[in-house]
Amino acid sequence: MSIWTTFHKWGSPRWFYQFSGRLLPYLAGLSLLLLIGGAVWGLALVPADYKQGNSFRIIYIHVPASAVAMGAYMTMAIAGAIHLIWRMKLAAMVMKAIAPIGASLTFLALLTGAVWGKPTWGTWWVWDARITSVLILFFLYLGVMALHQAFDNRDAAAKACAVLVIVGAVNIPIIYWSVEWWYSLHQPASIRFIGESTIHPSMLRPLMATLSGMYLFFAWAMLLFTRAEILDRERNTRWVQDLVCGVQEQGVK
Amino acid sequence: MASAGVSSLVVAVLRRDLSAAARRGSEWSNPLVFFIMVCALFPLGIGPQPERLAELAPGILWVVALLASLLASDSVFRGDYDDATLEQMLLSHQPLYPQVIAKTIAHWLLSGLPLSLLSPLLGVLLHLPMAGMGALMASLALGSAVLSFIGAIGAALTVGLRKGGLLLSLIILPLYIPVLIFGSSAVKAAVEAGPYLPQLAMLGVFFLLALALAPLAICGALRISVDQ
Amino acid sequence: MYFDSLGDFLAMDGHGPYVWFCYGVTAVVLGGLLWEARRRRQSAEQAVRTVVRRKQASTGKE
Repeated sequence: MSIWTTFHKWGSPRWFYQFSGRLLPYLAGLSLLLLIGGAVWGLALVPADYKQGNSFRIIYIHVPASAVAMGAYMTMAIAGAIHLIWRMKLAAMVMKAIAPIGASLTFLALLTGAVWGKPTWGTWWVWDARITSVLILFFLYLGVMALHQAFDNRDAAAKACAVLVIVGAVNIPIIYWSVEWWYSLHQPASIRFIGESTIHPSMLRPLMATLSGMYLFFAWAMLLFTRAEILDRERNTRWVQDLVCGVQEQGVK
Repeated sequence: MASAGVSSLVVAVLRRDLSAAARRGSEWSNPLVFFIMVCALFPLGIGPQPERLAELAPGILWVVALLASLLASDSVFRGDYDDATLEQMLLSHQPLYPQVIAKTIAHWLLSGLPLSLLSPLLGVLLHLPMAGMGALMASLALGSAVLSFIGAIGAALTVGLRKGGLLLSLIILPLYIPVLIFGSSAVKAAVEAGPYLPQLAMLGVFFLLALALAPLAICGALRISVDQ
Repeated sequence: MYFDSLGDFLAMDGHGPYVWFCYGVTAVVLGGLLWEARRRRQSAEQAVRTVVRRKQASTGKE
């Protein structure tokens, strides 16, 4: 019983807007603190890697960006499933909000991976299994965004994207595993010696900071995008109009 | 009654789609012409040396066959959507699931199967060694069935949109990647006289997964496209 | 502090341009996301205001 009341509360855009508003300052402060603190720690305080030199400091943004981009897709798929199964409008708004954030983080992961590869591997781009998988994830995000824009009808766009995102989420493990297998066939021997094993435990602590900071940043940005979408979609409701144009009566809290 | 009804429904949809395609002709011949033309572009683009072409042939043949199948997918539901047959399909009390499977199999019979039958000819043009021909045909026949099912999801999602073609390729191409990897790898392994049955077995697994899961997504997508 | 001087810190033994470029782009992309969220919020608020103005205009006429 209480699960269902919680669920209905969460499904109400108005309740979500007010609840997320209270959450925002904490998310913003904590994520910026962890991201900036972790970056300073990783840039200035940690010793250089004995094989990669200072270029390894890029992993403090590369690894969080790729991990969160992956998690963002799965979050989007869960939101899509909730929207399709329970017809929850809020889930569609969350799904729409995640796509540009996830695509940006995937782009960031690709770019930092390429820039890290130049001093480390001597080339900007390697068709390494992990980089290729991130590239495919980027394509999946672009496809979802393209499909969303193609529809004039918002509800149809949300439902079609939900189907596509779920199909993509079912495929992602297959794609990752296939690319892994494909890479094992063609693996050049020269780059095998660089792996995570060379990273010293003390170097992992700033990574934990930037990783959790990136997750919090994602949550923060997701809430901001969803809140803007709520205002846009609920523009005909009284509470949104009171919120934007000033309260004309006491009833709104 | 129910099982006989479903199988006769599948046969009826198959027969209708195939006879409609036979009357028009372009539906099954256009992907083949595309396949031939694009394969002929590669020697012009990378040079006529037989050794180099032979080395690239498995990849080229698979990528071009994949694109041909992709371009053909746009039409799986297009005609039925335009003349409102699709709406009738959704409104009728007949189950949608078997009809969708029948339509996708019809699409494969009209695009994937002819592509795989024609592929040895293009293999010869691209100097693919004889040892690779069997694997090429088998992997294309099996792999294009998976491509048809994935492509039908995209076609069902975009059938209500006016400019579906390019959008369809954007949303579907990333999902084709596992099929491409195992398909071209089977041909390459056969050319190098290695074992290629494992790759074909993987394509078989993909086919069974697609057969079981893709129609669910296709049915959902069709309802969305027709309802909007 | 791992580095001896500010010059060392900026140069990073020759890897400076790569490292600083990555951190710079990250700052730009994350900042861009926040800016885009702000832009969307403002355009949504604009849309709400238009609705309210139209509603007030129509009730005023009656």
